[in-house]
Amino acid sequence: MGLFDRFKSALSKTRDKVASGLGLLGLRKKIDESVLAELEHTLLAADVGPAMTAKMLEDVRGAWTGGEIQETTDIVPFLKRKVASNWPAEDRELKMAPSGPSVLLIAGINGSGKTTSVAKLARRLQSQGKKVILGACDTFRAAAIEQLSVWAKRCDVPLVRHKDGADPGAVAYEACDAAVSRGLDVVLIDTAGRLHTQDNLMRELGKIQRVVNKRIPGAPHEVLLVLDATIGQNAIRQAEMFRTHVNVTGIILAKLDGSAKGGVVVGIREMLGVPVKFIGVGEGLDDLEPFDPAAFVDALFATG
Amino acid sequence: MFEALSDRFNTFFNRLRGRGRITEANITEVMKEVRTALLEADVHVEVADRFIENVVTKAIGAEVMNTLHPEQVMVKIVHDELVQLMGPVDSRIPFVSSPPTIILMAGLQGSGKTTTCAKLARYCQGKGKKPLLVAADLKRPAAIDQLEILGQQLGVPVHAERDHQNPVRVCRNGVEQARKILADVVILDTAGRLAIDEELMQEVAKVAQTVQPHQIYLVIDAMTGHDAVNTAKSFNERLELDGVILTKFDSDTRGGAVLSVKQISGKPIKFIGVGEKLDRLEEFHPDRIAGRILGMGDIVSLVEKAQSAQSAAEAAELQRKMEKGQLTLDDFIGQMDKMLKGSSMKELLKMIPGMGRMMGEMDLGIDDADIRRMRAIVESMTPRERKDPRIIDGSRRRRIARGSGAAPDDVSGLVKQFLQARDVTKAMAGMSMRDRMRSLTQFANTAAAGGKIGKIKESTTKKAFRHQRDRRKDRKRRSR
Ligand SMILES: Nc1nc2c(ncn2[C@@H]2O[C@H](COP(=O)(O)OP(=O)(O)OP(=O)(O)O)[C@@H](O)[C@H]2O)c(=O)[nH]1
Ligand SMILES: [Mg+2]
Repeated sequence: MGLFDRFKSALSKTRDKVASGLGLLGLRKKIDESVLAELEHTLLAADVGPAMTAKMLEDVRGAWTGGEIQETTDIVPFLKRKVASNWPAEDRELKMAPSGPSVLLIAGINGSGKTTSVAKLARRLQSQGKKVILGACDTFRAAAIEQLSVWAKRCDVPLVRHKDGADPGAVAYEACDAAVSRGLDVVLIDTAGRLHTQDNLMRELGKIQRVVNKRIPGAPHEVLLVLDATIGQNAIRQAEMFRTHVNVTGIILAKLDGSAKGGVVVGIREMLGVPVKFIGVGEGLDDLEPFDPAAFVDALFATG
Repeated sequence: MFEALSDRFNTFFNRLRGRGRITEANITEVMKEVRTALLEADVHVEVADRFIENVVTKAIGAEVMNTLHPEQVMVKIVHDELVQLMGPVDSRIPFVSSPPTIILMAGLQGSGKTTTCAKLARYCQGKGKKPLLVAADLKRPAAIDQLEILGQQLGVPVHAERDHQNPVRVCRNGVEQARKILADVVILDTAGRLAIDEELMQEVAKVAQTVQPHQIYLVIDAMTGHDAVNTAKSFNERLELDGVILTKFDSDTRGGAVLSVKQISGKPIKFIGVGEKLDRLEEFHPDRIAGRILGMGDIVSLVEKAQSAQSAAEAAELQRKMEKGQLTLDDFIGQMDKMLKGSSMKELLKMIPGMGRMMGEMDLGIDDADIRRMRAIVESMTPRERKDPRIIDGSRRRRIARGSGAAPDDVSGLVKQFLQARDVTKAMAGMSMRDRMRSLTQFANTAAAGGKIGKIKESTTKKAFRHQRDRRKDRKRRSR
């Protein structure tokens, strides 16, 4: 499928879901308590979490009693405006070095979609005319280096790799070094999956950040936390813990092409101020899109 | 992983205990908070609502308000309801009489299938079976390499076909291969797929049709939110699952999926993955998990852990004594000692009824020195006293204290603790669920009220205890 077709089909999928899935919220009628109960249920089922759900419900209730909205069909647009105002466009920009290579560090728990996201980012930056190099810093998981090198070949970008079990800091350093000496634009660093509760591994991540910074002052320019869209409320803890070890600047919400909604990121933005920058919508190289708050809110209310 | 939930439940029960009179209104009010706690733990909203409703209905039906110890009745109701949510489950693998037993593993991308396949292979090895792994994830780059490396680590053969793109064929050949090499079990590692991906769901259904697996397991990440049940439901519609394996249980997730999956998909959880190492796969037992959620501890796991540190004969003897209520003080201290050597004390203590709750109040400083001190107390007792410590009166107590260099309070503390443990283990071993619950809560309550093991230390060497606790804190801080 071409890019345009994919976009169209994704869009119509969302639209179908929205039309069919709104339940009570899709019917045009006056707002009442049963509508608010339905709204609560929907938000909770989308993993928005009890605290944020309560807050959003309060907002809606306030707007309703204040006369700002009256009909069920006003609710989604209202929430869209509300959420969008919390997610300014600057949120989505990637910070780049004013000169010399920029470094993007990709982190997250096991299996969240880091390696695939690195490949997708490489493709995206490449298509913007940037020269990219990858650093295979997951030296821990079986065959992780192999996996990334397959992607490197498919994207046709250089890759810095050491043996299994090598020091990930050394790999990161060498990747930065290579970028500087070859005059490349972006270093993408894939790291091993780690649970935020594994203190030693979290410290290792901090070390990678420091090593990178030593070689290229100001780096890493972005530290992107990859979250699986199926994740529940534990994502808040994850974001918190990763942030105490590295300077998390944004989130890649992967696997949003499934039935999961990833509603927890609303709370992460609100409580921790960490924005979503990209979403992953498939396993292919082109399946990475900039985050769109309005479409995201729509999807929260879609079934399926 | 259940601290948060169990803390909430305990506050809830404590509050019930504090009330002179319990009304329907205040049960409902407290249950509202329990609902929030469940939702924060990612329990599915429908399951949470039904759970609350059932508990409230049963509580009213049981006339909790008129009983002497309403909180105990509530604990039982909640416990039963939790067990009901998660069970029943037989967490063994039913190996077929004419091998190989074929196990198909499926799941979303990144749920941990490949590692879990290897863990399952290792589990089968532990049961004396010879497994074969089949690399049928032909999608993710280097997935075959990953399985081969894991197979090597375990000494388990891996069937792979690098030039083929058809998982149905690879699985069929894999099963054939298993027959040839006389493997007892063949485990098929399939690619991750979304439940809504029609094409890929058809593919895995085709695999199932072709190889006719005896068991089909769905692998789900324990940190999954509401999508866990959607996934389980959709996979079950296509594959007729036999069970679910929850991975990454060692994270700090509050584990809502544990409570929701069975209820909504109808399929039980069979195993849980509790660490990255290949031996970190555990059988799933609803009653134990319910106990842990309520902070009542997990006596059975505790005993099992202790057992792994002693011989089978010793274990059988101990079990017999426990059932008859003939546990002696020597046994008691022997057990403590073994547990201390066996694994992390804190982990173990959490499994003791009431301890989970106490751990929140203070960092229990039990170490070798305490065991020595307890042993000294026991050694200053006469054989008759050891056999039946209830005969220890004031003058005996003073004598024992003098002999062991402890304070008389320590002697009575130890005795009290021992008697409770003996009662509890007896009840747990032989009695009905109802009685089991009652003694559990009684023990938990008295333990929480002050009859704690740590008390020994607290009263004699309060300062030393504090000092040690601070030191421990320091150490923690430094190791960060
Ligand atoms: N459907 C879908 N699958 C994805 C997406 N992103 C990644 N995946 C899949 O998720 C699985 C795990 O992805 P990886 O990129 O290997 O994840 P990781 O975080 O690098 O994993 P570890 O290194 O093992 O911790 C793979 O099967 C990917 O194809 C996405 O946006 N949509
Ligand atoms: Mg990876």
